[in-house]
Amino acid sequence: MTTVHNGEPGAVSTTASRLRPRRAHPLLVFLAKRLAITAGLLLGVTVVTFGLVNVVPGDPVTANLSDQALNDPATVAAFREKWGLDQPLWAQYLHYLGNLLHGDLGISQQTGRSVLDDLVRYVPATMELAIPTMVLALLIGTGIGMLAAVRNGRFTDQLVRVGSLLGLSTPPFWLSLVVLYVFFYQLGLAPSGGRLSTGFSPPPTVTGMYTVDAALAGQWDVAWDAAQHLALPVLVLTSLTVALLVRFVRSAMLEVLQQDYIRAAYAKGLPTRVVLRRHLLRAGLVPVVTVSGLAFASLLSGTVLVESIFGWPGLGQYAYRSATALDLPSILGVSLFVALVYTLVNLTVDLLYGLIDPRIRLS
Amino acid sequence: MAPLLDVDSLAVTLPGPRGPLPILHDVSLTVDEGELVGIAGESGCGKSLTAQTLLGLLPPGAAVTGSARFAGTDLLGLDHRGWQRVRGAGIAMVFQDPTAALHPMLTIGRQLTEHMRVHLRMDRRAANRRAVELLDQVRIPDPERAMRSYPHQFSGGMRQRAAIAIALAARPRLLIADEPTTALDVTVQAGILALLDRLRAETGLAVAFITHDLGVLSALTTRGYIFYAGRVVETGPTGALLTAPTHPYTAALLGARPHGTQAVGTLRPIPGGPPAPGEAPPGCPFQPRCGYAQPSCSTAPPPLAPAGADRSVACGVRPHLEVAAP
Repeated sequence: MTTVHNGEPGAVSTTASRLRPRRAHPLLVFLAKRLAITAGLLLGVTVVTFGLVNVVPGDPVTANLSDQALNDPATVAAFREKWGLDQPLWAQYLHYLGNLLHGDLGISQQTGRSVLDDLVRYVPATMELAIPTMVLALLIGTGIGMLAAVRNGRFTDQLVRVGSLLGLSTPPFWLSLVVLYVFFYQLGLAPSGGRLSTGFSPPPTVTGMYTVDAALAGQWDVAWDAAQHLALPVLVLTSLTVALLVRFVRSAMLEVLQQDYIRAAYAKGLPTRVVLRRHLLRAGLVPVVTVSGLAFASLLSGTVLVESIFGWPGLGQYAYRSATALDLPSILGVSLFVALVYTLVNLTVDLLYGLIDPRIRLS
Repeated sequence: MAPLLDVDSLAVTLPGPRGPLPILHDVSLTVDEGELVGIAGESGCGKSLTAQTLLGLLPPGAAVTGSARFAGTDLLGLDHRGWQRVRGAGIAMVFQDPTAALHPMLTIGRQLTEHMRVHLRMDRRAANRRAVELLDQVRIPDPERAMRSYPHQFSGGMRQRAAIAIALAARPRLLIADEPTTALDVTVQAGILALLDRLRAETGLAVAFITHDLGVLSALTTRGYIFYAGRVVETGPTGALLTAPTHPYTAALLGARPHGTQAVGTLRPIPGGPPAPGEAPPGCPFQPRCGYAQPSCSTAPPPLAPAGADRSVACGVRPHLEVAAP
């Protein structure tokens, strides 16, 4: 048969393609590489954190036990044995790593719960702040930044630049206090802190974000109350993030405005709004996505000061308490989570580059 | 019949760090329907700024005097919306560097159709159909696929062809081509020039071709304007301009141009350089570099005066000029 002679189709070639190693999709190869790098990075994070916590002058025993308990050698010895502190450092580390491979992050010394449980409890609270903050900051920051770039050198631009500088040099805790003074104390428009008013109980947990969970459960009064509690911390975080974004958006857009293709777009007789939205925004987005990614990762890692002032039980507060108690398992858990957030956000940013700019698309 | 484009005594002043800088002085030029007119001169002589003025794309703070009429419309009196109607649909522009002038993140198809839909009020399908035709017209192979491509997937010549297709998309009556072949290989240049000439012949399009290359001028255009330091110093039929120049600058440009098998040693570069804006000497701007300058040349810039059939020259001396036969 002819098909056999020229080695073409039929049963022969299907077996051949089954035997030949199939070339993986370049995106899969890219993701696999990044995953391997992430694993290495997380391992590095455990080594560094483990080392640092043990180098810091201070003892988890004194940090966690009361004075009375410290005077009792039996209690101290029991504490050391319970947390494995009597073992040599390398043994402690290997033990931790072994557990980690099974998804066990250990038990927090101060909460007594598993670190994983703690993260599941605190991370959603931080996410509930970070997500609306980022969405608002992106919309407002991009809009204002573009406006400043288009009005380069004119009054609007000067105003935006001064505003951004003010925002960047404002200490977050100070802004939080001012916002509380005005909107809670003077105007009484928003609650002073916490995630829910007394009298409301948290909605059944799905995402851990009260507004979302309450809405999912149809408890609209709870959702509204939770949203009100979000308002002030989100306001503070948004203003700070906008101040940061505006500078990057402005300079990125200014650079794009110099390009021939923007002049060419105007020369085609396109309405200004089309030139700005389709041509300018698209081209200026790459650097903006980079900064936004970093800003979002930083928001997701928790903001200690803002969370403390608004009594927000988020990751920032958890990390702060773990650090002061030298609570090694929690510190490691938080560090791993933060490292993971940064790598995932960076990965997303890289994938977004490809979506925005076809020249960066994977070959 | 009135010319399609009639520019009269156009002067443009740009804001500078130390006060306003006059860039264009007393520029008058016309382009007829279906005519291919050349505008030549060294870099910085105001050729491109003339194009920007005619599209209303001057930087903020620019001051314009004189008049510029296009198809009966007073361009300089246009408001924002008026300019939007003229740009693309009346006067279109092809830029020097197609790589820089095409948006790197939008498909060729999108860049071809977006202004068609605004100016010609076409729906997506009609615009796409016309876009494919245009790509075919500028000889881009596989137009359907080209529509979905991004500029970086094209070669330089293809990009300029696409840019020309984009410029033509909204059926303009005048195309301003600002050195459209400078960034391209010589072999690609010829194709682009032939394309422009063919489009002119087929569609009655008028083309104002800006170049610093006198060879291109002679090959393509019927009439030419020689610019120097923001002024028109000589104008006339291209053939006559290049074989029997009447302005020393035109003659000097021809002498500085290599042709055929000429040895490099016989090229005559023009001594000195053109004056920077705002630093032009009193009188004729070319006078410091001119071999025929007289004391009278430094009093006032000579006006453009008729010099034979369809020709004008801005020279107070009018020396007898020898030009090496090309």
